[in-house]
Amino acid sequence: MLDHILSLLIFFPAIAAIMGFVVHKDSAKAFGVAVSVIEFVISLYLWFAFDTNVSGMQFMENISVVPAFGINYLVGIDGISLFIVIMASFFTMIGIASLGDMKKIKNLVITLLFLQMTMVGVFAALDAILFYVFWELSLVPMLYIIGAWGGPLRIYASVKFFLYTFTGSLVMLVGMLFMAFLYNQATGVWSFSILEWYRLILPLNYQLWLFAAFFIGFAIKVPMFPFHTWLPYAHGQAPTIGSVILAAVLLKMGTYAFIRFSLPMFPDAAAFFMFPIAAIAIIMIIYTAMVAYAQEDIKQVVAYSSISHMGVIILGTFALNVEGITGSVFLMIGHGIVSGALFFLVGVIYDRRHTKMMSEFGGLASVMPRYATIFGIMMMASVGLPLLVNFVGEFLSLLGFYNQSHIATLLAGTAIIVGAIYMLSSYKRAFFGEVTNEANRKLPDVNSRELLALIPLTIIAVWLGVYPKPLLEPINNSVKSVVMLMHEKAITPEGKSRIPSLENKVAMQTPEAEVK
Amino acid sequence: MLSHVNISLESLNIATLVPMLIPIMGALFILVLDLFKKDQSKSMYVMLSLLFVMLDFGSLIDFSIDFSTNGTILGYFDMMLIDGLALLGQFIIVGASILFIPLALTSKRFHEFSYPEFFALFLFMISGFQFMVATDNLILIFIGLEMASLALYTLIALHNRSKSFEAAVKYFTMGALAAGFFAFGSMVLYALTGSVEIHQMAAVFNADEFANLPFILVGVVFLLAALGFKVSLVPFHTWAPDVYEGASASMAGYMSIVPKIAGFVVVMRMFEFLIHSGVVWLNVVLYVIVVVTMTAANIWALVQSDVKRMLAYSSISHAGFVMAAVLIGTTQANSALFLYWILFTFTNLGAFSMLWISRQKNLAAGQSSDHSYNKFAGLIKVAPISATIMALFMLSLAGLPPFALFWGKIYMISAAVSSGYIVLALIMALNSAIAAYYYLKLIIYMFMKEPEIDIDNKVYTMNSSVALRTIIGIAVIGTVFASVVLNSLIEFITAFVYNSGY
Repeated sequence: MLDHILSLLIFFPAIAAIMGFVVHKDSAKAFGVAVSVIEFVISLYLWFAFDTNVSGMQFMENISVVPAFGINYLVGIDGISLFIVIMASFFTMIGIASLGDMKKIKNLVITLLFLQMTMVGVFAALDAILFYVFWELSLVPMLYIIGAWGGPLRIYASVKFFLYTFTGSLVMLVGMLFMAFLYNQATGVWSFSILEWYRLILPLNYQLWLFAAFFIGFAIKVPMFPFHTWLPYAHGQAPTIGSVILAAVLLKMGTYAFIRFSLPMFPDAAAFFMFPIAAIAIIMIIYTAMVAYAQEDIKQVVAYSSISHMGVIILGTFALNVEGITGSVFLMIGHGIVSGALFFLVGVIYDRRHTKMMSEFGGLASVMPRYATIFGIMMMASVGLPLLVNFVGEFLSLLGFYNQSHIATLLAGTAIIVGAIYMLSSYKRAFFGEVTNEANRKLPDVNSRELLALIPLTIIAVWLGVYPKPLLEPINNSVKSVVMLMHEKAITPEGKSRIPSLENKVAMQTPEAEVK
Repeated sequence: MLSHVNISLESLNIATLVPMLIPIMGALFILVLDLFKKDQSKSMYVMLSLLFVMLDFGSLIDFSIDFSTNGTILGYFDMMLIDGLALLGQFIIVGASILFIPLALTSKRFHEFSYPEFFALFLFMISGFQFMVATDNLILIFIGLEMASLALYTLIALHNRSKSFEAAVKYFTMGALAAGFFAFGSMVLYALTGSVEIHQMAAVFNADEFANLPFILVGVVFLLAALGFKVSLVPFHTWAPDVYEGASASMAGYMSIVPKIAGFVVVMRMFEFLIHSGVVWLNVVLYVIVVVTMTAANIWALVQSDVKRMLAYSSISHAGFVMAAVLIGTTQANSALFLYWILFTFTNLGAFSMLWISRQKNLAAGQSSDHSYNKFAGLIKVAPISATIMALFMLSLAGLPPFALFWGKIYMISAAVSSGYIVLALIMALNSAIAAYYYLKLIIYMFMKEPEIDIDNKVYTMNSSVALRTIIGIAVIGTVFASVVLNSLIEFITAFVYNSGY
């Protein structure tokens, strides 16, 4: 079974989704919960069976699909992707479990299960075409979720989301095909296997162009400034479940792809573009934090703060050293947990009041104390308070980039301060003071269905903040091998100097030492 | 006294005519049958035509086995040229016809299918297209082209709506102009080389190193214009949307596939040596036509309010996309053309068939045309299966993986990338993004909007019958599971194209 556990993880939800068409609509949610719980258990078993001392790919499967063109069904998982896969199945599970009474709930559950297939598929795929297939397929369920269950502007938002990402991915596809062509030139055979591509050392000018082609695809997905404009619309219009999955998992596809494709395949280009991208990341961090401060809509605040934190992930990734990349992978998990939880929380209040305007609220802490507590914890986590999950990732990311540039890190560090400002001020406006709006006086506190989603998230946020080692160690192992590969492959002096060699740094500090 | 000409029957190799003669015999058979037994059910004619076309397909399989062992087969004074291109072209022509004929078995009665002449003309048309691809003799190409086109004009007009007559007349006038262009272009090339066979022209041009370049260009441009009409390249596309709108949806689907592949094969034969001749002008002309056809047709498709017209523009855009193969001119590109068109056959025939089963007698209030977008608003609520299938075809047309056309697209773009046409590859990729918008528009109408016009829910499956559902089922299977047979398809096509020297 272990030989095919990844295929099982990928296709189990899809098959279940097809079977879901038969299930009666009153039982659709129960069916969805059952399927996603099984899927989550399998993904936990994957973690259990995962050998944390191995830095390379595990549970690999390889089936030839189009040998004439080098396309294989090649999947595998390492420390970088393992936890994102678990997170994807976790969020699908609690997402379906916390669904309220919605129209067409059966369609929604089926769509979510299909979406789960594509999410797991993207993070497990090791063949570029397979990756692309899942990457593109993930757009369709999300399009439907936003377009069918969203707010008044849902159609505009969903089309914008689809077209933006689709356009970027097509440019990336041309890059992939060119990469395959170069591989064909070098070896005489077609291959789309990422692991084979790793072995190819390219001249700098090819690296630069290919990096740019992939960058457009990934940057739109992340989304990086100035391609981020689709995301606030998508979040603003999407239903709660859509926002949660989008923020927690779908955005991670972009940052994950940077680590999986751009860095190991084009190390010199990554080193070359390090500062321009860092500049974009810092603009993204500060600018979107300021935009978030100006928002009146509480969901928009969370959306912009989510973009702002994605900037820290990018910064950590392009530190090009072990601390930075480990930090950014860990922050992907943390960001998923925290922003997923925040979108859940916004959904809770939206379900009660059908508005997301902060001016409508005030004094909620006295009416909904449990809600206010959880919101407070998650907000603190988002701000980057020590002992909560985001701090570990943010700290490591910034530490990594500190080795490259002090000034840039200082600037990025201000984001934490700006973040604290807008988060605390919105929290104050919504939760403290007198209850000014009569409609808020009788609001019920979070019910058990909502707690089902929120309590586990809170526990994880605290647990990983206090004791991140179980995740950090496997991530660190895999990241080390990526950085070693990059250093070996680098051909320009710039690349060699910016990407550290790990041989003389064996006694490097273990990252979790700083946390305690 | 004329001296005797001795030709042995073996050297004529009459067998090469068999694939074309089968449908001709079939057509004559149907006409004769009508003389003796009038007023037979259309189902009998459909099945008879289907039998003949399948027999035709069988003979092609026979030839392809012969081709893969013995190479190119010549016959009938070397006029017939059965090479890989000819066989692949005929496979698509005959295969698409097999899928098309059962669409006549609608549950509602239609005027045109009550005439046996419809089926006779249809078979004549098939053989015309087969002649077109199975020769490199310009005269025979011309005869095949006209034979097929004249039959096609009549088939469109038989649909018996005022718009159909308009469409047929429009197509006829444009076609007549194209025929004139073709004759003129061939005449110029004949005057230059003294031959009407493309490979001999190539030999003459290469021998004198394109000495009469201006004249060659005149001839080639006229031929390109003539073929451009047939495969609907911008700016020779103007007839296409109106004709598609006037023709029945099934006929429009057929027209978007079969005449075009015949045209592509001829273009490929004509331009293969010209592209590699080093005459920059031709490459520039072709490059511009390819890019403009892809892009402009896409932009026009964006603003259509009728699904059928949108599909008409989209198929123009697909033709431009595929035309890039001729410009690139490598074996991979030429194989990609056939791969793309085979996959396109399933998807596009499926999409048009979905329109065909929702054919109405009368328009509802608020509905501007037969297949306006708002007719499909909220379809997921009233006919979820139809909506899902239609969405599937739209996603495939948009090039979303893992559906059929995605594989054609990546193979074609890869061919462009591999031969250094990076900019062209990017334009092709970005055009897919533009196209995604109008395909999505239909999906949005079907899945995310509320029903807009007061329309009888039966309309959406009005024409549905077992035969139509079977064809749509085949199209769905071909669209969804294309990746399963992809490898053998690529190997088969590449072998055929490569062994024909393209």
